[in-house]
Amino acid sequence: MTMKQPDNTLLHAFADGQLEAAEHTNVAQWLATHPETAAEVAGWQAQSAAMHGAYDPTLDEPVPARLLTAARGGAPASNGSRWGMAAAIGWLAIGLVGGFIAGRNTDTAPTTAAQIPLARQAAVAHAVYAPEVRHPVEVGADQRDHLLGWLSKRLGHPIVAPALEPLGYQLVGGRLLSGESGPGALLMYEDASGERLTLFVSADTDENATAFRFAEHDKVNVFYWVDAGYGYALSGTLPRERLLTVATSVYRALNP
Amino acid sequence: MIDAEALVAELPRLRRYGRALLGDVARADDLVQDTIERALRKAAHWQGGNLRAWLLTLMHNVFVNQVRRNDALRGASEADAVELAMRDASSDGLGLRDLDRAMQALSADHREILLLVGLENLRYEEIAGVLDVPIGTVMSRLSRARTQLKAQLEGSPARPALTRVK
Repeated sequence: MTMKQPDNTLLHAFADGQLEAAEHTNVAQWLATHPETAAEVAGWQAQSAAMHGAYDPTLDEPVPARLLTAARGGAPASNGSRWGMAAAIGWLAIGLVGGFIAGRNTDTAPTTAAQIPLARQAAVAHAVYAPEVRHPVEVGADQRDHLLGWLSKRLGHPIVAPALEPLGYQLVGGRLLSGESGPGALLMYEDASGERLTLFVSADTDENATAFRFAEHDKVNVFYWVDAGYGYALSGTLPRERLLTVATSVYRALNP
Repeated sequence: MIDAEALVAELPRLRRYGRALLGDVARADDLVQDTIERALRKAAHWQGGNLRAWLLTLMHNVFVNQVRRNDALRGASEADAVELAMRDASSDGLGLRDLDRAMQALSADHREILLLVGLENLRYEEIAGVLDVPIGTVMSRLSRARTQLKAQLEGSPARPALTRVK
């Protein structure tokens, strides 16, 4: 039996295994006598195989906890709830720092930290305190117990300083921040090169839980989440992927 | 109602798709998260059937609405995303890095159709539903995308990693 030349659609469907068995056999027989077209079809199949080779390793990676939480219905951070947080969190973005934001973030893209109070608060606090040479913190890590006891008492919630030594970061110390309607705590970490990270904790949210989110504000990258009524935000100027690694460790340390 | 564990079971494949679509793991995970959240909000609309195809439909819509718009604003940082993607694949052979680079050089439409066919193995009719285009468009787009990818792969010189300046 001779078959007329299969059209392009038929050839793609053949390459993708989307033909019925009889039709598949017909095309295969035609291709057996038309090597140029057969090579083209084989090339398409090689493209698909190469995609599997390049991207299948992702299948074996651990799925980030934030995605598991989201899939199991863990209070998604919809835009609505973000704006709910906006109402609840006032923060030192008022006044002096408000001017800082207004002056430096006039062309706000939808995903920048400026629209997300928790992330913005954390990013601004990072920008203000991380470059500080002489007084980066109020209480140093040499008084760690006192620091954490004091902040825990003021926030009415146990404040934990996650151990980030395995990632190369030492606790520098911390400070109390004031906001419109509640206190916040800022813990600062530093690596051997002087690169600083800050972990911001606020008691000032009525959210129960959100998944991990990312925002950036003025070159400060922030991963933030809300857990049991407390907002957490890890800020730094290091690349997003590296910050995510640290944020994942922080999250695990706080949720053992 | 959607079973949470059925959603969890789809996460690795959604991450793979997002990673290939965006060329960046962190942005891909944001896209997956937004997709999952949308799925849970729209769970009542799900008619049953192919959960994966439905999730890919939602993901396509989120991608079109959000990521493309952001990309237009993002501009220069695209180069960073590609750089990250290439470092991710650094343990692979040069051919795989070339494949990813070629994929990221295609238009988003072409990348999507190639991934839905070659990686997700969806039937053409299902892809027409995911992308909300006629089946004829699926076929013509697939044909053009394969030609484009071939041209990218043949045209892209196998630059050694050393010449890449970070």
